[in-house]
Amino acid sequence: MDSRVWDNRAWLFVVPVMAFVLFSSLIPMMTVVNYSFQDSMGQNSFFWNGPGWFQNLLDPTTAVGARFQGALLRNFAFSFTVLAIEIPLGIAVALCIPKSGWRVGAVLVAIALPLLIPYNVVGTIWQLFSRTDIGLLGVALGRSGVPFNVTQNAGSAWAVIVLMDVWHWTSMVALLCYAGLKAIPDAYYQAARIDGANRWSVFRNIELPKLRKVLVIAMLLRFMGSFMIYTEPFTVTGGGPGEDTSFLSIDLVKMALGQVDLGNAAAYSLVYNLITLTVCWMFFTYTTHADSKDVA
Amino acid sequence: MAQITLDGIGHAYGGDPKTEADYALKPIHHVWEAGKAYALLGPSGCGKTTLLNIISGLVIPSHGRLLFGDRDVTRLPTERRNIAQVFQFPVIYDTMTVAENLAFPLVNRGVARPRIDARVGEIAAMLDLTADLKRRARGLTADAKQKISLGRGLVRSDVSAVLFDEPLTVIDPALKWELRSKLKAVHRALDLLMIYVTHDQVEALTFADKVVVMNDGRAVQIGTPAELFERPEHTFVGYFIGSPGMNLLRGEVAGAEARVDGHVLPLGAAYPALPQGMAVTLGIRPDYATLTAGDGLPVTVTRVDDLGRKRLAHASLGGGQSVVATVPHGMGVETGPARLRLDPGKIHVYVDERRVAGRDLVGRAA
Repeated sequence: MDSRVWDNRAWLFVVPVMAFVLFSSLIPMMTVVNYSFQDSMGQNSFFWNGPGWFQNLLDPTTAVGARFQGALLRNFAFSFTVLAIEIPLGIAVALCIPKSGWRVGAVLVAIALPLLIPYNVVGTIWQLFSRTDIGLLGVALGRSGVPFNVTQNAGSAWAVIVLMDVWHWTSMVALLCYAGLKAIPDAYYQAARIDGANRWSVFRNIELPKLRKVLVIAMLLRFMGSFMIYTEPFTVTGGGPGEDTSFLSIDLVKMALGQVDLGNAAAYSLVYNLITLTVCWMFFTYTTHADSKDVA
Repeated sequence: MAQITLDGIGHAYGGDPKTEADYALKPIHHVWEAGKAYALLGPSGCGKTTLLNIISGLVIPSHGRLLFGDRDVTRLPTERRNIAQVFQFPVIYDTMTVAENLAFPLVNRGVARPRIDARVGEIAAMLDLTADLKRRARGLTADAKQKISLGRGLVRSDVSAVLFDEPLTVIDPALKWELRSKLKAVHRALDLLMIYVTHDQVEALTFADKVVVMNDGRAVQIGTPAELFERPEHTFVGYFIGSPGMNLLRGEVAGAEARVDGHVLPLGAAYPALPQGMAVTLGIRPDYATLTAGDGLPVTVTRVDDLGRKRLAHASLGGGQSVVATVPHGMGVETGPARLRLDPGKIHVYVDERRVAGRDLVGRAA
């Protein structure tokens, strides 16, 4: 006997959230979608362009397509580079943080400091730091004979941007790993001593496997952070020299706000968004899949 | 393989104990003989895990010396002590297969591959893990994981001792019996010194040749299960071992008689060394206190617990003290007046919690 009452008024509770989502995401998003399928000559008159902007964007032989492909490849290269440095370095730093005593607090605060600095301040710090006339790094490198100039040399610009990201974000990886390491029960270390395992073996067979989940999260966060990065490299290099440090977001802002090329920019941002979502989804299915394998 | 000697081993966390109470483990002298199975039994926080960790080297004692054979290993690190230890919760290496897990202690010590394979096969067979050898250890149940931990403890044939720290805590009750008897069989087969820490008396009594009962950082009695049951040297052993524990009654002793709540009880031994009328504690196990239809102390039964296999009566002696007594098979019992018989030979006399030996009466066992 089903005594439940058929009453859908409970949906009313969801209305505020729906309204919020509508104004914060759906309406702006649909505006972009509109632009991506239409062309405008101003005067608020639009005409249908079909998938034209998308074809343009995804075809590397066109000017816009070449720009997009260049920025995309640079962005993947940047994300890969910072992940390849920050993840191992973060693990190494976490292993060095003391496990108990007053030094824990001091070390954790010191490590967390870069995370508390606003993005554009980080950019400004490194921009000044790397200037060849007054910057400590720039002047020191110049005097020691290393060819270093962020505004003229792509290698220098990349080095500074990568170094800046490592400085800013390795702390987060280290803190996540530290939490993961703290969660390993002492019995594992004791058992490893009884079993005669050396330090490397303890790291390889206990610590690294136990950090797996934390590392997946750290990689996801750092991939997203570096893939959508804008403020810091823009403050340091403005995307230059030339296009050498123009990542997707920097290039997109140039196109949308600098050139007011709304159709191309709308298609650009939708494809950018889809790539981000796809990578997120891949990470998510990988982690959930790996977890379900544990239970089986 | 050699015996392990505790030569005044004691431990105070933080070092420098001022009083007895500062010791987590009060200084103890004891020799663990090679090839025997021992249990360390006691409630939580009694120092038994500390003692175990001192033997394995995870804790360095603040006092005394630890000898493996004639070798002083007190300050030697764990990995150089040749000892195996199994912990309360399963510790497995996630990324390895069951076989690799079992082989790990041997691989780390550079044992030759054919010997490793043979030994792993042997241990896996003992623990019923043969079918799982190729599987990843991560996906197994807690039971199976703990079996792997046990296996890693047993896989080295040259260890001085295998230490178990409440290894069956996470195991399902039904499987506990099986694993316990398996461990016992493994002990017989491998002829290793095994020390087993537990707070479960059934586990201790079934596993061990000798049980060390610990309380408050002190080893209060070391003996065979039968000794602990029949002749507890300390009131703590009396009530901690046995279910329910020993009846402890306040009374006075005079020669071969005791006086409790106005009743006169004959004892199995005489205590001429104790002054007449001295206040003592008398201990008798419920198994030796029986309600009877014949002659006995007049008592009042206040409650009867039917445990299925046996019945226990709570009998008040009238002076505020009561005794848990066995109700014989077939005897009808209700709350109210009844008669109680205490086996004189099974009554022990305790002064300051410790048993006082009496002088045998002619024709009777103490």
